Amino acid sequence: MFNVRAIVAGIIILFALLAILGRVYQLQVSQHEQYSELSRQHYEKRIPIPPNRGQIYDRNGVLLADSHTQYVLEVVRDNIGDENGDGRSTLADVDVFIARLGAIIPLQEKDIRLFKTQVRRFKYQPIPIRVNLTEEEIAVFAVNRPRFPGVSMEVRMERYYPLINTASHVIGYVGRIDARDLERVDKDEYIGTTHIGKSGVEASHEDRLHGQAGYHLIEVDAHGKKQSVISEQEPIGGQDLFLGLDINLQIQAEKLLGAERGAIVAMDPSNGEVLALASMPTFDPNLFIDGISQKDYTSLRDDPDRPLFNRALQGTYPPGSTIKPMVGVAGLAERVVTPGSRVYDPGFFRLSGQKHVFRCWNKRGHGSVDLKYAIQQSCDTYFYDLAYRMGIDRFSSFMSRFGFGEKTGIDLPSEAAGLMPSKEWKERRYKRSWFPGDTVNIGIGQGYWISTPLQLAHAVSIVANHGIRLKPHVLRGVRTTRNEEEKLLKPEPFAPIEVDQRFWNLAIQGMENVMRPGGTARAAGAGAAYRIAGKTGTAQVFGLSGGKYNAGRLAKRLRDHALFVGFAPVDNPKIAVAVIVENSSGSGGHTAAPIGRKLMDAYLLQQYGENMLKPAGVVGVSPEPEPEPEPVVSKTEKSTKKVTKKSQSKTKEKLKKVRGARD
Amino acid sequence: MINGLFPSWLVVALQRVDAVLLAVLSLLVFLGLATLYSASDANLEQVQRQSVHFAIGLGLLVLFSQISSKTLRQWAVWLYSVGVVLLILVLIVGVTKKGAQRWLYIGMDIQPSEIMKLAVPMMVAYYFSEKPLPPRFTDIVIALLLVLVPMLLVMKQPDLGTSLLIATSGFFVIYLAGMSWWLIGGGVIFIGVAAPLMYFFGMHEYQRQRVETLFDPESDLLGTGYHIYQSKIAIGSGGAYGKGWMQGDQAHLDFLPERHTDFIFAVFGEEFGLVGNLILMSLYLFIIWRGLYLASKGEDTFARLLGGSLSVSFFFYLFVNTGMVSGLLPVVGVPLPLVSYGGTSVVTLMMAFGIIMGMRKRKRIYQRDS
Repeated sequence: MFNVRAIVAGIIILFALLAILGRVYQLQVSQHEQYSELSRQHYEKRIPIPPNRGQIYDRNGVLLADSHTQYVLEVVRDNIGDENGDGRSTLADVDVFIARLGAIIPLQEKDIRLFKTQVRRFKYQPIPIRVNLTEEEIAVFAVNRPRFPGVSMEVRMERYYPLINTASHVIGYVGRIDARDLERVDKDEYIGTTHIGKSGVEASHEDRLHGQAGYHLIEVDAHGKKQSVISEQEPIGGQDLFLGLDINLQIQAEKLLGAERGAIVAMDPSNGEVLALASMPTFDPNLFIDGISQKDYTSLRDDPDRPLFNRALQGTYPPGSTIKPMVGVAGLAERVVTPGSRVYDPGFFRLSGQKHVFRCWNKRGHGSVDLKYAIQQSCDTYFYDLAYRMGIDRFSSFMSRFGFGEKTGIDLPSEAAGLMPSKEWKERRYKRSWFPGDTVNIGIGQGYWISTPLQLAHAVSIVANHGIRLKPHVLRGVRTTRNEEEKLLKPEPFAPIEVDQRFWNLAIQGMENVMRPGGTARAAGAGAAYRIAGKTGTAQVFGLSGGKYNAGRLAKRLRDHALFVGFAPVDNPKIAVAVIVENSSGSGGHTAAPIGRKLMDAYLLQQYGENMLKPAGVVGVSPEPEPEPEPVVSKTEKSTKKVTKKSQSKTKEKLKKVRGARD
Repeated sequence: MINGLFPSWLVVALQRVDAVLLAVLSLLVFLGLATLYSASDANLEQVQRQSVHFAIGLGLLVLFSQISSKTLRQWAVWLYSVGVVLLILVLIVGVTKKGAQRWLYIGMDIQPSEIMKLAVPMMVAYYFSEKPLPPRFTDIVIALLLVLVPMLLVMKQPDLGTSLLIATSGFFVIYLAGMSWWLIGGGVIFIGVAAPLMYFFGMHEYQRQRVETLFDPESDLLGTGYHIYQSKIAIGSGGAYGKGWMQGDQAHLDFLPERHTDFIFAVFGEEFGLVGNLILMSLYLFIIWRGLYLASKGEDTFARLLGGSLSVSFFFYLFVNTGMVSGLLPVVGVPLPLVSYGGTSVVTLMMAFGIIMGMRKRKRIYQRDS
């Protein structure tokens, strides 16, 4: 009996052990690949090394955005021990840990929030919890370091903007990465990175500036402790950017606008490079780097002059008379007018069979005018007539070729498209059909037509180029390493406007006459050392809705916008400008045109004066972090503050109706 | 030659030892020590301590191989009785460690449940040696009661693993005694039906969860599941030929918990691969078969039943451990016999093989000598 039972047991045992071996075969042979990979993943860890952010220079190598060293506290979650004493190291320990660390080093709520989102994903990677430690905090942490085995103090490069308020709308600023930023970037590339571009070039060229994170591939044990380095890859620093901006011209532009609200765009028509892009008032981008304080932010946000708003490409204004040369070219091209055809201006324009009168700014009338004279005198009647006979469809589609009603595609964020109205647009928007009177108003750059200063500069560049259209851009060149020459980017062309060269010449001659005796900007054009083509414009603001009544401010805000567009030298255009001064006390010819002239002088004759900024001796080596404050900048700051105090209540201003331009 | 080297009493004593089994056991022990050396990160001290355990075990093996089955039979009743009394004492005045009351303090901590691993099969074998075989139904019921009393006492500590081992060692005796296949089949069916019923209707939610974790450890990756997950990675990444001795990443980078005790099989699998496992399992199979063979040569019924049960129990430890480590069976704290680090296990197993050897018929050995 026993022997039978023993043999049966022996056979069962044989099969049981074969079953175990079968299982082992399954793990070691069938699923070997999978488990090998898991094993490798277990002991290989990538520790990211954040790249150094590229610097930003102007076209001459003047440093606009630099980085300096700062101290950062980083935490590896896996090294946070059992803080809450439940015998395990879990996410719950993180809260206790933060409270303990926060007791000796002040931590900000938003930093903690960001830290927590990242710590959930990455257990073995160092994650910043506090940036920009003060010297005192560095000392405090150094003393307490043994109490925080999971925390390390690292040296990082941090952004600063040496020119403070200057060109802040173009350069933009970086800020702490938030959860929203993390969603649109490659998370693995940004693990060790603390800041990301939030506005301006910093945001639009984030990809170039950031660079590629490096890493140490290390072998770790189960506790995340480093055993050996398997391989390493140095980070690749971000590219240095060279903007088309001439910072000295930019400073001039901001100085010329002074305490006024307004914008200036200066471009090189030959390649589309933006030479200056000013929007006043400006702000100090350095405030944003480590999170702007609530107080600072509130005062910037509630300032009725809206310093954060980039008027040059977000501000939309009626272009006014500045578009008359382009309209003239359109009229010639569409054979609505000829160079010799004349219109009699009795001081008004009336549609046949209607009572409504469209007034010319000159009530006495200009008499019999041809196109050239109409541009020089900015005769409204001539252009009422031209637009009416051309019809909105042809008008709108031709002006779109000058870039109106669409984004220029400049490499800066938040550009506005403006509006080039059309029949379809009005029907869609207002559910009302297009009236012939609408077309008449459009003919002098009023009515529904709105555009940005950038679009005006772009359009006048096209005139200067005789139809060749290049995309406006601020990035001129890049370099990958500090010691190499910057590589220039090629301008991007659009489809050119191909019309008879004589049409361009005629429009440009008209614009030249604007700057001469008898022209609307004769004072601004006087005594120029080169030939200037220009066109003034004035848009009368009418109507206000919402907000409290404030007599003093209302009066100012109802004043006209003064505009000027132009380029020089006429025979070889090197600079095209668009100037807008909001609610100016004078007309385009009186206020905006002299600004345009001074810019041209500054750029073409290099009249920058004593305070001209020059590139540092060796490009790439950061100068002292204490930059010389520009006198003009501080003046602007003061005046901005004054306005802020003066007007506390917020008034929403809406252009409801704009009466005929008047020049 | 042997006569010249050793005193004559030792020569006589050594003749009771089965040289074939001892040789294979030695191979296994050697393999075990090599694995332990790797698993403990070249901790020579630990390997030395384990060698001392084996030396003690070897001494006990030789000592117990001298004891005849008649002598052992006389010990059965009182060993069992003392064991039960001690188990009851444990529940009353026992020492609690890690949430379980398993130890008694008598100058040192002893674990009476270990005694029962031997006492229970001895007692059941003793009971059947007095009765006609194959056993009658009433005898089987009484034998089952002899098994159940200590099993429940140990379960109460709680020590599920040991109580299971104690119970099976008793069941193996009943099986070897010739319990009818019908009853065995009925028992299996009964358990197969009762267990799910118990699970669905007789348990609280928390108990059910515990059972679920037992059978699906990977559902609890932060607790028990972590062990199984890591050991599967260790074994799987070892592949057909292994990563080589001392080369296991999982083991040496500290990912594998309990790697020198209950989970040493994973270290072995990672470093020696499928080929190593084939050799290891062959050694075990040979040892078990040899044990069963020696048991069949036992002096009397008691000898055969006890020897057979001890051999099958040895297999059962092996099966439960390797099944657990490879993720086939629930996690129960059972060491890999003769390979895992640990004095008690090594010493008692070696002793058991001594007992098996000692209970063989003496006549044949005298014949071989003459």
